Amino acid sequence: MEVPILKQGFYLIASIQSALTDEDLSQLREALVERVGRLRARGVIVDVTALDVMDSFAVRTLRDLAHMTRLRGAETVIVGIQPEVAFAMVQLGLTLKGVATALDLEEGLAFLDLSGRERNRRG
Amino acid sequence: MADEIRWEIAVDLDVVQARQSAREQAALAGFSAGDQTVIAAAVSEIARNILMYARRGTVTLRIDENADRRGLVVIARDDGPGIADVPRAMQDGFSTSGGLGVGLPGSRRLMDEFEVVSQPGRGTTVTMKKWKRNG
Repeated sequence: MEVPILKQGFYLIASIQSALTDEDLSQLREALVERVGRLRARGVIVDVTALDVMDSFAVRTLRDLAHMTRLRGAETVIVGIQPEVAFAMVQLGLTLKGVATALDLEEGLAFLDLSGRERNRRG
Repeated sequence: MADEIRWEIAVDLDVVQARQSAREQAALAGFSAGDQTVIAAAVSEIARNILMYARRGTVTLRIDENADRRGLVVIARDDGPGIADVPRAMQDGFSTSGGLGVGLPGSRRLMDEFEVVSQPGRGTTVTMKKWKRNG
């Protein structure tokens, strides 16, 4: 099941619609890392609201994706982790250390706007 | 539910199906939404371990009931290489596959009962149980 990736301004938005296999998740990671360059995106939002479980593979793939896009110059924000999912992740010992998260799409966009402005100021 | 439900685990899609089935069975048995997620996460990790270490195996789901409580039992079985050092495999961050090393210790934290029986060359059986909380 392929995850649709939309471009909005300087940002890419990937909305996961249903449970994903490992292969689907790996494809999403590769597609986003590639598109950051091709579409000259500065930010990426991965919306995981529809995911009812995040296991170790999902967490590792999202973490790798965030670090890879950062190396390509784009910040990634994971949005929409549900409360029960967060609970199970912590019990499992899974963290998204070094990866930005936000409550929902709106907050994710606000975060990217803010971090983009800070980057411009510094630059 | 039927006496038991068995899922063959051989490809990554099977992991998704086993955890979705576990969630459904947990919901039917009356577990809370939070516990359904916890059970699904543990099944996902345990099924993933089968794929990673043994390549194939089975996950069996069963409801256990006694006079005053009801639980969901998950049995993951494979004929893979087995685990040489079970206590070590139960430690956080220990992995021989390059993974995160959270599968066994993390699943144990998620479930109420957890047992690993394994010997090198004789496969691995993980049995875990979650009791439904009253009220």
